[in-house]
Amino acid sequence: MTKNRDRLSVVSGQLEACCDGSALKGHDRGTRAAPGSRAENRAKVIGALAPEECGPRVTNVCLNRLMRRIALAAVVLAAVAPACSVAQQSKPWEKIPVPALHPFRPHQPRRIELKNGIVIFLQEDHELPFISGSVLIPGGSRDVDAAKAGLIDLYGEAWRTSGTEKMSGDAMDDFLAARAAHIETGGGEDSTSLSWDSMTGDSDQVFALAMDLLFHPKFDARKLMLAQQQEATGIVRRNDDEGEIAGREAAKLVYGANSPYTRQPELATVTNISLADLEAWHDRTLKGKLIVGVEGDFDSAAMEAKLRAVFGTLPSATPLPPRHDEFAGPKPGAYFINKDNVNQSNVEIVGLGIDRHNPDVPAIVVMNEILGGGFGSRLFQKVRTQLGLAYAVGGGFELPYDHLGVFDVMVLTKSVSTVDATKAALAEIDSLKTQPFTEAELKRAKDDILNSFLFRYDTRSKILAERELLEFYGYPANYLETYHDAIEKVTLADVTAVAKKYVHPDKLAVLVVGNGPEIKPPVSELGMGAPVSIDITIPMPQRPQHATGAGK
Amino acid sequence: MRFSWLRTCLLCVLAVFAVSCVAAQTQSEVNKYLQEFEKTTTVKVLPNGLTLIICERHEAPVFSYTTFIDAGDVNDPSGESGLAHMFEHLAFKGTTQIGTKDWAAEKVALQKVETANNAYEAEYRNPYGANEAKLKQLHQEFLKAQAEAEKYVIPNQFSEVAEANGAHGLNAETGLDDTQYFWSMPENRLELWAWLESSRLADTVPREFYKERSVVLEERRMRVDSNPIGRLVEQFLATAYVAQNYGRSSIGWPSEVSQITATEAMAFHKKYYAGGNIVVAVVGDVDTKTALPMLERYFGRVPTGPKPEEMTTVEPKQFAEKSVVIREQTQPFYIEGYHRPNYRDPDDAVYDAISDIMSNGRVSRLYRSLVEKQQIAAAAAGFSPFPGEKYPSLFAFYAVPLPGHTPAEMRDAIHKEIEKLKTTDVTDAELEMFKTRARADLLRGLADNQGLAGSLAEYQTRYGDWREIFLQLNKIDKVTKTDIRRVANEVFVASNCTSAEIDTAPPAVAVKTSSAKKDGGAQ
Repeated sequence: MTKNRDRLSVVSGQLEACCDGSALKGHDRGTRAAPGSRAENRAKVIGALAPEECGPRVTNVCLNRLMRRIALAAVVLAAVAPACSVAQQSKPWEKIPVPALHPFRPHQPRRIELKNGIVIFLQEDHELPFISGSVLIPGGSRDVDAAKAGLIDLYGEAWRTSGTEKMSGDAMDDFLAARAAHIETGGGEDSTSLSWDSMTGDSDQVFALAMDLLFHPKFDARKLMLAQQQEATGIVRRNDDEGEIAGREAAKLVYGANSPYTRQPELATVTNISLADLEAWHDRTLKGKLIVGVEGDFDSAAMEAKLRAVFGTLPSATPLPPRHDEFAGPKPGAYFINKDNVNQSNVEIVGLGIDRHNPDVPAIVVMNEILGGGFGSRLFQKVRTQLGLAYAVGGGFELPYDHLGVFDVMVLTKSVSTVDATKAALAEIDSLKTQPFTEAELKRAKDDILNSFLFRYDTRSKILAERELLEFYGYPANYLETYHDAIEKVTLADVTAVAKKYVHPDKLAVLVVGNGPEIKPPVSELGMGAPVSIDITIPMPQRPQHATGAGK
Repeated sequence: MRFSWLRTCLLCVLAVFAVSCVAAQTQSEVNKYLQEFEKTTTVKVLPNGLTLIICERHEAPVFSYTTFIDAGDVNDPSGESGLAHMFEHLAFKGTTQIGTKDWAAEKVALQKVETANNAYEAEYRNPYGANEAKLKQLHQEFLKAQAEAEKYVIPNQFSEVAEANGAHGLNAETGLDDTQYFWSMPENRLELWAWLESSRLADTVPREFYKERSVVLEERRMRVDSNPIGRLVEQFLATAYVAQNYGRSSIGWPSEVSQITATEAMAFHKKYYAGGNIVVAVVGDVDTKTALPMLERYFGRVPTGPKPEEMTTVEPKQFAEKSVVIREQTQPFYIEGYHRPNYRDPDDAVYDAISDIMSNGRVSRLYRSLVEKQQIAAAAAGFSPFPGEKYPSLFAFYAVPLPGHTPAEMRDAIHKEIEKLKTTDVTDAELEMFKTRARADLLRGLADNQGLAGSLAEYQTRYGDWREIFLQLNKIDKVTKTDIRRVANEVFVASNCTSAEIDTAPPAVAVKTSSAKKDGGAQ
């Protein structure tokens, strides 16, 4: 029965999941939301919304687990000290001994760099009889022409469903399902990927099939059409859920509506994508610096030989040209999107932030914890615990690996308390500059980050994923160690300095998505001027495909 | 072309051959893992009735735990829907020792809050109509009492101490059947965790209850009121059930959850958080020999108590087909459900087989038919049990229409696939695929501490033996084609069906009636 619970979780709840291409590819380690990315942060604040292992996106609506189970915390969080210091008689938990941690040497994968630049990671692990692997391919939706927005979603879908010259996608489905094995493809903002997994006994066959798909895909017109239909479904449904609207439109305020990071697939762009486009994309990106990771029940020497035979013969990898993204940041002020059929407002307070290369990241991470990271954070303590105005509240600086992120604080509150809750959240952002950080806050934030740091590498899988990530973005292999040590050294002065340097309340935009007539006092009472209303009407092509009323 | 066709056929033949080998191989593989788990897993029932499970896994110096309470929102008393979930929130507010500056004084203050709240709510529910002025005054008095009690609170101290000590994934979930608390921690905090967890089980206090009630109401707005599928599913279940509590809003009807009192929450705790109703599972880098006596000491503090009585209500047999239609400016959606027995039914594995064959992956029947062949849906699946498993539940099917297609088309197409299930045997390959995937899925789950802790606690509660995690494969292996046809014919009949759909309403109506609406943007 429990195994069913997981399957069940695949089926209760939110629809946006099924239709939103990127976040959903369960098996693609390569295209998961990067830690600190916008997608990940939003999922954290909304709670367990992060879709679980979902398999092919079209088959499973990853309706979330929450429809069936209600979780305590909308924020997956961290703790900070209460601002008050207290005369508590005794703290029995402090008398409990905390012995030294058992010695632990994380099992690093073996890294092999081929002459052509391709990097292979091998993470041997014989605990269970499975072997899984992935090939991470640089280049994603941000590298696609605006006129072809949606290409990566279609590519990620149709690549696998089309299959190869030797075996059609449908035949591959049967072959793999009979073995409880998987081969999946997918794509995201900066990469696409192919991944596979199977029981050890089937692994040679499944690996061969995966490589056939990697090097000899045969994109199929019918499968492209199916993918286009899926995509169209997502497009016409994208205004059904206010959280989805808020997240999407807030990012547009920061990056610009037509930025490579925010432009969205439209019915017109999706129908404009051809088989030739998919083939051209494939041929182009496969020449890039691939990162291959394999883990599980194998002998490393044999696996190395096998992978060298496949990848060692490829020509030298051609790196993608470096990106030079520039963002203006939001025009400060209030913005509003009306939604009739809700009784709660989604409020996003956003500004332009920083990237992970920034040397101030350790201090900023500590400040994030103090502001919005946990049960003890200023936002949680004030807006949820003290005022009772929100279930979901949190935020901070996102820390993407290779481009500027968003500073984002979000609050979900009933329509009538929209202005109160927004003001309360804005006050906590201001407090970063006006209310001095205390030693207790600093200690708790650091304890929280450092004592749970272990969970970044407590399984061989996580270690492998982390190494692939660092390799992909060009960070040193020991990044986690230096990052850990740097956080340990953060002082009150450091946090105060980064608050001064990076928190700019006057440069923030406030976006409210909610039920206009119910919002009393209205958004104009925020004191940020009359709210600018944002039109989110879904553009319909002149001759609708076969849509009657879709999106209207 | 011909070559590739031939090759495909060959591969199919090979596939069938390979499958039977894999099946035999994985069966013995599974037994091997069961034997290993028997060596590393210890179960101990304490004198107070609480069951402890320890499972040693020494991969990394961490552990995960799940505390599984055999009570959820299905147990909420009449008029108090959402109570189990409200209590779960309370369980993070601390105890007489943590989260307070002075418990003795706080206790007195909390009693005053309760009195003030009762006075307010009595007037609010005045059968002759509430007196507005009096209500306002009583509310002021309530706020005053609440502010007084807050002076003694150290907000969120329980969670903060856990997280400052490395708690990872700290959370809890309330379902209809059960409530689960869980997190992971570095192994050197095992005793600290035992103190925290046993404290809150044994020694919860009704701290900050009424503010937390507002938080839960926001949670309801997010999950249900402001979410089209949330609204639909709530109505779907309310229609499918006439007597049993599975039909009740699990997060609580707004009028009820907004009037739950701390007294009621504490009564729920007393009844359902007794030793006999709790299983605590710990998985990870733990030495059973030294850990067990320590855990016995801490969890021995939980009050002794019998298992609460089982509920008397049994959902009567449905005899009328029922349907719900929501017309609004949201994209269309279709779901239907058929009553089925609970998880202990001998056919439980047959339902698993049906949902696997109908829904699992691109080879599933609903995908191939509705998505791939007819091209009318973006997604389609059948699943069970829903919304719970402890009591007779539903087998549900849903489909997400492609633009231009309607819920009625989804219904007809789903019914066609159900009909096939009733009249024609599933294929050997389909049945074998289900069994192979069930085995593999089981094994795949064995490397995750948190997932294991949840499964161990749940199976120990539901079957009285965690080994059922492995042993259920025997039931799965015994499922036959005849079983599938028989069950389909018994269960998937019109008089046993409830359906719910969203029909997209034209936008013009709403825009005209709402003159206050000033902002553009069609939804």
